[in-house]
Amino acid sequence: MYSVNYHRASSLADAASLAKKGEARYLSGGMTLIPAMKVRLAAPSDVIDLSHIAELKGVSVSGNSVRIGAGTTHAEVAGNAALKAICPAICSLAAHIGDPHVRHMGTLGGSIANNDPAADYPAAMLALNATIVTDRREIPAEDFFTGLFETALDEGEIVTAVTFQAPSKSGYSKFPNPASRYAMAGVFVAQDQDGVRVAVTGAGENGVFRSPEIEAALASNFDASALQGVTVPSDGLMSDLHASAAYRANLVVVMAKRAVGAANG
Amino acid sequence: MSDVSLTVNGRRVTGTVEDRTLLVHYLREHLGLTGTHVGCDTSQCGACVVHVDGKAVKSCTMLAAQASGSTVVTIEGLANGAELHPMQAAFKENHGLQCGFCTPGMIMAAVDMVNRHPEGLDEATVRAELEGNICRCTGYHNIVKAILAASQVMLKGTAQVAA
Ligand SMILES: Cc1cc2nc3c(=O)[nH]c(=O)nc-3n(C[C@H](O)[C@H](O)[C@H](O)COP(=O)(O)OP(=O)(O)OC[C@H]3O[C@@H](n4cnc5c(N)ncnc54)[C@H](O)[C@@H]3O)c2cc1C
Ligand code: FES
Ligand code: FES
Repeated sequence: MYSVNYHRASSLADAASLAKKGEARYLSGGMTLIPAMKVRLAAPSDVIDLSHIAELKGVSVSGNSVRIGAGTTHAEVAGNAALKAICPAICSLAAHIGDPHVRHMGTLGGSIANNDPAADYPAAMLALNATIVTDRREIPAEDFFTGLFETALDEGEIVTAVTFQAPSKSGYSKFPNPASRYAMAGVFVAQDQDGVRVAVTGAGENGVFRSPEIEAALASNFDASALQGVTVPSDGLMSDLHASAAYRANLVVVMAKRAVGAANG
Repeated sequence: MSDVSLTVNGRRVTGTVEDRTLLVHYLREHLGLTGTHVGCDTSQCGACVVHVDGKAVKSCTMLAAQASGSTVVTIEGLANGAELHPMQAAFKENHGLQCGFCTPGMIMAAVDMVNRHPEGLDEATVRAELEGNICRCTGYHNIVKAILAASQVMLKGTAQVAA
């Protein structure tokens, strides 16, 4: 790791002002940033630790409205009983990120700000039609994830929370890469009175995306059997040493069937 | 440079470190606690697992400065004098190690696992929860056996559960 200056922010305003230093980066759980710094893929001059800012922490549930602070760890999301009661899919998603040690540190805010094309949370945010709240504005998930490791965040902007309405049914299923546990394809399905939303991670060349084919098939019949014979195009899907685009296209439909199965309990 | 101050295995320690110092290097090189190992560069192997404020974390993926103010328990902090912690005793009893390189991280992860499952553990849960700990020797069977055995002892409350 190159030399770096560490700062512990005490408030959002403090963090935002510290971030004006050199090539500063925010540090939340560090489960992406520190490995990247160790192998010198990232070399910030300063890191601003957000993990001691109280207002970034915690889950609140009121009726069907959910707010999850950006600094909430994967383990905290996985274990939140109130959230599990109305949206078990997001708890199960969090419970399958990486391993227990990663889940003790890694946070929702860090995951979505990073927008890894194989990360799990972006699929949930898109399918749940979530709003990403920052220290400056509110951004619909639809507009937030803009490409590989790219988001709508401006320089120095801090994700503070995400909010969404729990759908009547939701489910997530991923096919984890056997070594890294990141999704080779992961599908989040959500159904409520406005219809069905399906988001796919791990497969798209430009990161997370919605699948119109699967949404159309599930709109009239929210059951795994409705996906029999449905195909998604392999154009725009990733081909790498783990899987070809055609293999991923097939995997997306298989994961969608399992996600619907999970949603229907 | 940052001033850090932590409680490590019940002892208050303070020091001044380069900001880029990883917690694992602080423990090993500054405090001489070489029981915590480094087995990879990619945050995947779990040889470096310690408890920070009661939670298992990878000490190779945290700066010492991030941990300042926290309470840390390492493998050296588990035994009660000459008496092994039940998890250590179970690894010994069940032949849960061969070269021993992964063992400190395995044991710290295993104690955390038992603490998080007061309802008890089954084999499938233990295997799933060992996701973040790699062993190149044992094939895991005896590690799983050791954790199941120790969890029985720990949950009976016959031994004190580490932080
Ligand atoms: C072994 C291993 C396995 C993993 N497996 C998975 C997996 O299966 N699925 C998965 O989805 N992820 C996985 N991850 C990644 C993990 O989920 C990370 O926790 C997550 O991607 C980043 O969150 P963090 O809090 O650790 O962020 P950090 O690493 O601290 O930060 C990541 C990036 O986000 C920025 N950032 C952080 N917080 C904010 C904020 N509030 N506002 C603006 N910018 C911010 C930082 O500047 C940095 O650029 C894995 C990681 C490891 C080490
Ligand atoms: S040394 Fe920390 S995970 Fe490998
Ligand atoms: S005992 Fe050798 S790596 Fe596990």
